[in-house]
This record gives sequence, C-alpha cells and structure tokens, in this order.
Amino acid sequence: MRRLLSLHALLVYFFLYLPILVVVALSFNESRRGVRFTGFTLDWYRSLFQDPRILEYFFNTLTVAFVSTLVATVLGTLLAVGLVRYRFPGRGFLRYLLYIPVVVPDVVMGISLLLLFALAREFLGFPRLSLLTVILGHITFQVAFVTLVVRSRLLLLDPALEEAARDLGARGWQTFFHVTLPLAWPGVAAGALLALTLSLDDFVVTFFTAGPGATTLPLYIYSSVKLGVSPLVHALSTLIIGLSAFFLALAYALSRRRV
Amino acid sequence: MGEAATPLRRLFRVLVTVGPGGLWLFLFVLLPTLLVLLASFLSRGPFGELVGPLGLHNYARALEPLYLEVFAQSLLVGVLATLLSAALGFPLAFYIARHPRRDLLLFLLLLPFLTNFLIRVYAWLVILQREGLLNAFVAFFGLGPFALYPSFFAVLLATVYTFLPFFVLPLYASVERIDWQLLEAAYDLGARPFRAFLHAVLPQTYPGLFAGSVLVFIPAMGTFVVADLLGAGRVVLIGNLIQQQFGITRDWAFGAALSIFLMGFVLLSLYLYARLQRERGLEDLV
Repeated sequence: MRRLLSLHALLVYFFLYLPILVVVALSFNESRRGVRFTGFTLDWYRSLFQDPRILEYFFNTLTVAFVSTLVATVLGTLLAVGLVRYRFPGRGFLRYLLYIPVVVPDVVMGISLLLLFALAREFLGFPRLSLLTVILGHITFQVAFVTLVVRSRLLLLDPALEEAARDLGARGWQTFFHVTLPLAWPGVAAGALLALTLSLDDFVVTFFTAGPGATTLPLYIYSSVKLGVSPLVHALSTLIIGLSAFFLALAYALSRRRV
Repeated sequence: MGEAATPLRRLFRVLVTVGPGGLWLFLFVLLPTLLVLLASFLSRGPFGELVGPLGLHNYARALEPLYLEVFAQSLLVGVLATLLSAALGFPLAFYIARHPRRDLLLFLLLLPFLTNFLIRVYAWLVILQREGLLNAFVAFFGLGPFALYPSFFAVLLATVYTFLPFFVLPLYASVERIDWQLLEAAYDLGARPFRAFLHAVLPQTYPGLFAGSVLVFIPAMGTFVVADLLGAGRVVLIGNLIQQQFGITRDWAFGAALSIFLMGFVLLSLYLYARLQRERGLEDLV
C-alpha cells in the first residue's frame, strides 16, 4: 500500500514538473521551431533583455500588482475587522457579496467590469480603459480574498484581549494599532501575499479591462501564443519560473525558521 | 477611561472599517452584476451598442440546441476535471500528510502552481502538438504521430493540470486533521481495512473533498483560456462563447445573458453544496 502511494505521488509530481522542464529546456535551444534540441544557446535571453517592450510590460505588471495589493490589503483588513467586531444592518448581505469574486468564473467578472467601465465612460466621461482600470479590476477580486483570509485569522483571536486594552484606557484607534493589528498580522501578510500572487498571475480580468498601452506580461504571453510562439516566450517563462521559485523558497525558509 | 462605545462612536467605527471596502464591493461587484443582468434583457444595436426594448430573447437564444451543447460540453469538462483531480489528488493528499518531510512536498506542489497560468497551459501545447515532445518520444519507438492537439483531450488534460493544486490543498488540510484513533477503534470493533477506511476515515475528509471539488469545478467550467489555447477553436466552452460575444461578435446583450446563465448555474450548485454541508457553508473555501 505504502509503495503504491509512493509510486502514485512520484507520477503526479512528474506530471506537475514535465511541462515546466520542457519550457526551461527549450529556452536554451538553438532551434527556432519544434522541440528537437539542436544546440545550447543564450541568444533568446539576450534578445529578451534587448527588447524594450518586455521591460515596459514587466513594469506595467509590477505597477498593477503593487498598487492594487496595497489598496486591497488596507480595504480588506479594515473590512474584515468591521465584519468580525461589529453588527450592523447589511452585514449578512456584505458577506454574500464577498463570495461573488471568489466563486464566479473570472470571465463573468471580466465582462461585468468591462460593462461598468464602458457605461461609466459613456455617461460620466471616465475612466478610459488603461492601466488604471486594470488596477481597479484587480483590487476588486483581491479585496474579497484579503478580507476572507484576515477574517478567518480574526475569528481565532480572543475578543477579551481587545476588551482588556479598552479597560486599560486605550482608545479605539490605539486598540486597533497596538492590539488588533499585531495579532491579525499573519493573516494580513498571508492575505497580501495571496493578493500579490493573484494579481501577477491574472490574465482574464486584465484582458477585459486593459486599454491601449496597458499590456502586462500575461497579455503579452497570450498574444505570442496565439500568434505563434517565439522562443523569447520560453526565455521569459523560464525567468518567471525562476523568480517564483526564488520567492517561494524564501517564504518556505522563513516559515521554517519560526518552527 | 474605559469608554463604553456610544451609539455615535459605534457608527463611526463601523463606517471607518466597513465603509471603504463595502463601498468598493457595491461599486465594483454589485453594480456591475446588476448591469450585466440589465444588459441581458437588451439587444445588439447596429454598431454593437446595447439597445432596447427589454425582452427575454437572449435567454430564449441561449436555450437553443447549439448553445445547450456548448453548455453540456463545459459541464462535461467541469465534471471530468473534478473526477480526475480527485483520482490524482486524493491518494496524494494522504501521502503528503503522512510523509515526514511534508512541508517540502507541499512546497514542491506549490511551485508549478505559482508559475504563470498561461505558461503552464502553453507548455502542454509544446508537448502535445504534432511536432511536439510526446510525438518525438513515441516516434522513437516507431509509433505515431498522434493528433493530440487541438482536441478535447488536450483541453481536459491541461485543465486538470492547472487546477489540481486547488483540489489537493483543501483536501490536505482535512487529511492532516484526521483523528486516526477512530480508525483503530474501527479495527478494535472488528472492521476489515476497507470498511474501516470507508466509515472511520473517509467521512473526515468530506469538507476537504467538497471544497476541492468546488474550487476545481467552477474554474474548469468557466475558463476560456485553456479551451482557447488547446482547443484552438475546435473545443468551444461557455467561457469561449461569452468571450466571443464581448470580442469579435460584439453582441454584449447575448454575452450578458450567457454570463447570467453561467453565474446562476454556479451559484445554484454552490447553494446545493452549502445545504449539503449544512453549517460549514463556504467557509472552507479560503
């Protein structure tokens, strides 16, 4: 039984890594087409770094990710605190609303935002589809995820800690910054990290909300795949894989240090 | 001071904490959803704009056999992807949970998952296409070449590949919390291994199994990217149909009706799921 489980696990891990190994190997392949390995080269990386567009797309991706994550983390953390600590009319409805971006397919999310922005532009004159609308779209799905992650952390905390702070004379904001926030911190950090990852990876919402000049790396990869891949995409993908591996390894190392 | 919160102060606190995020959800989640609902009753104007009068014609059209077939095909992808994820993920979750170096195995599971979604889908194109890796490999044994791309098989394979971690992670969380003493108790009461597993272990994994199924089923059914890249026009799912209405066809009203249709279906299945799970509801999803 144990052996069978090991074999199964080995095959699943092979399945998970095969595509990634193929892409990495091809990024060093001299041949422009097909998968026959004709010789080792770094040419694709060289042309990648000489392509000013790639740098611009990379910059767009990072701008969207950092701005949206920052806003979504603040909004989501506050919202989670309010939802857990206070009862108010509409609280149940708000909780249902939170699940919509999580459970509804992202195509539906993308087109509903497109419709909103199109109508807002028609009747209010703004916003034009641009990097700004992409950021607004990303914040929308991120807020939901951040709120849910922080909320589940807050539910684990003992409300008596905050009562104690108030009994000792702390004001509302003092309790929040000196007691609630430090205790909720692992949840806030996890929520922010999740939001950042979702933004960096998002294609669908970006696809529907991006205007001219708002190309991100996922949009570029999509159009290259549709138009017939250039080996540049292999090189770019390998760099992205390497970066993800680095950050994940960092998170892994940090999490082990706490134990 | 130990101030008891006055009603005004309470109101202020609620406004400060819930206000900004709540307003955001109203403006960017509720309002757009209502707009899609409204658009679904309108029609396509001569330049692709939305015009009246209001009517149910888009829904009538969505129920035509051609579109129902697309919907059935999407459902099939969703169901098959969920079942295959369960077949691959269920034993794996147990293996990881009982392994001495489980955090390393989880890390290795997450790593491909954090690689850009499009790159992972695209890699299957490299493997499955006619001059691809798989055909190069079987040609070595004098077989092939097989036409595996574009195909339903390719779409399904890449879908399972993409969403598998969504299945394993919540399931793993359940497996890790299993009370194994119940298994021993079952043995003590004379149950054979299979029966003991079925009654003492399996029910404890239900929350994870349900959460994993939802997290695979919904995106597998609703995505347009995988079918777009690996079906290359031959496999059309409801997500592709919606995307087309907002792209080349420019029939936003019909696209909106299809979206409402898809969203309604998803929310209904979630409602049934929540009923089945009674109190647990959706809390396990995140």
